Amino acid sequence: MTAFKFSDRVDLCLRVNGLARQLNAVDARVSLLDLLREHLGLTGAKKGCNRGECGACTVLLDGRRVNGCLVLAAAADGREVVTVEGLAHGEQLHPVQRAFIEQDAFQCGFCTPGQVISAVACIEEGHATDENEIREWMSGNICRCSSYPQIVEAVKAAAAAGNERIPNR
Amino acid sequence: MIPFAYARATTLDEALDATREPGTVVLAGGTELLNWMRLGITAPDRVLDISRVPGLDRIEPLPGGGLRIGALARLNDVAADPGVARDWPVLRTAIHKSASAQIRNLATIGANLLQKTRCAYFRSEEPVPCNRRVPGSGCAAREGHDDRHALFGWTDECIATLPSDPAVALAALDAHVVTRSAVGGRRIAVTDLHLLPADAVDRDTVLEPGELIEAIELCDPAPHSAYVKVRERESYEFAIVSAAVTLKLRDGGLIDSARIALGSVALRPWRLTAAERSVVGLAPGDPAVTSALDTALAQARPVAGSAYKLAIARGAARRALMTAAGVQP
Repeated sequence: MTAFKFSDRVDLCLRVNGLARQLNAVDARVSLLDLLREHLGLTGAKKGCNRGECGACTVLLDGRRVNGCLVLAAAADGREVVTVEGLAHGEQLHPVQRAFIEQDAFQCGFCTPGQVISAVACIEEGHATDENEIREWMSGNICRCSSYPQIVEAVKAAAAAGNERIPNR
Repeated sequence: MIPFAYARATTLDEALDATREPGTVVLAGGTELLNWMRLGITAPDRVLDISRVPGLDRIEPLPGGGLRIGALARLNDVAADPGVARDWPVLRTAIHKSASAQIRNLATIGANLLQKTRCAYFRSEEPVPCNRRVPGSGCAAREGHDDRHALFGWTDECIATLPSDPAVALAALDAHVVTRSAVGGRRIAVTDLHLLPADAVDRDTVLEPGELIEAIELCDPAPHSAYVKVRERESYEFAIVSAAVTLKLRDGGLIDSARIALGSVALRPWRLTAAERSVVGLAPGDPAVTSALDTALAQARPVAGSAYKLAIARGAARRALMTAAGVQP
């Protein structure tokens, strides 16, 4: 016999940007992205395509970058999530955020939270050693304003600064 | 997405028990399943999350130089494995070219083989004739846009292709999937896993209900191996055609044996066995290699709009073969 019970409502406990969050009776269909945006008020991660193609919803799940739209909130129970809201320390921006500003690496800004989170992970993984590697390993983040040259420069600059880190871990 | 009930399995035996009940689907990485549910490709009553079943993500050497990759190993973790990087470069490259870094952090190697076709009609948000979506409704691609479709093994019922990159590499490695079900388990060659339209259009693979992939096993190391993927942009895109080649080389660099698989040309990875035999004894750069590929590809029966893929398949296979041999293509 099985030791678990199927339910269309789930109780969740997860850490988001360093804070323990408890949510009860969440619809089992809710994605991690919708949980962040609609249940926790964290609208940094964006809903672009909602099918894993654009990368605007990129968040860190247990320290690894993933598409928030492709994860069921139920499957994130007990895990640690970092969104773009969790990168800065008060007024002190994360080095990757500063690099995006300094390199003018966005126009409309819609994709930027996903780009920034993805860049933090890309650098942490060691996949930001040269321009070609950055372009390849950042290809899961689409920028419809096509700020790619500036985004690559920002990732390169932040990686070179060498003070990258994933906070709240 | 219609309502469903969720549960998380903590052991494989629990999971096998629960998946036998009709209306139950298994969730691993979720990169396919969530989209299937959004599109109505599947509408399960119950979703069983197996992603935390312990031990199923292990990657461990097999006696004799092989490798056993747990079905739940994440794609990026398989590619980053030092043994894979050293001995199975074809698999590492296929994984790196398969999807974005974010998706590869979620998607598992076992479920990657179970992904469904990217045929735009199959994935349509609006109802269109598709025998895989609604049996007997017809095939919109047959009379519509058929430029991303099959060269081999299709019928008028379905002309779709399998988009998996790792499946092509695994086919060229003669890899096997190891399955488990409540009544036992079996080993299935990756080349025998997928069903062609002539076999069925209501099933994708030979797996029975309640049968789960537990692991993938690679036999001997394949250091002389390569994967070439041709697509409309250089990164994060599905293939027009891909090719995986593994070689054994004689002293002096002549081909001692070859395994050549094409991707995105049928609903399974397509081995060019006739060409594999013909290239034995040739130098990798010998023009006779191209002739052998041409002869094998003459067996293809492309749908009209996809005939252009034949030339791409020949070039991709030739380039993969030369790269595998360490020869500048």
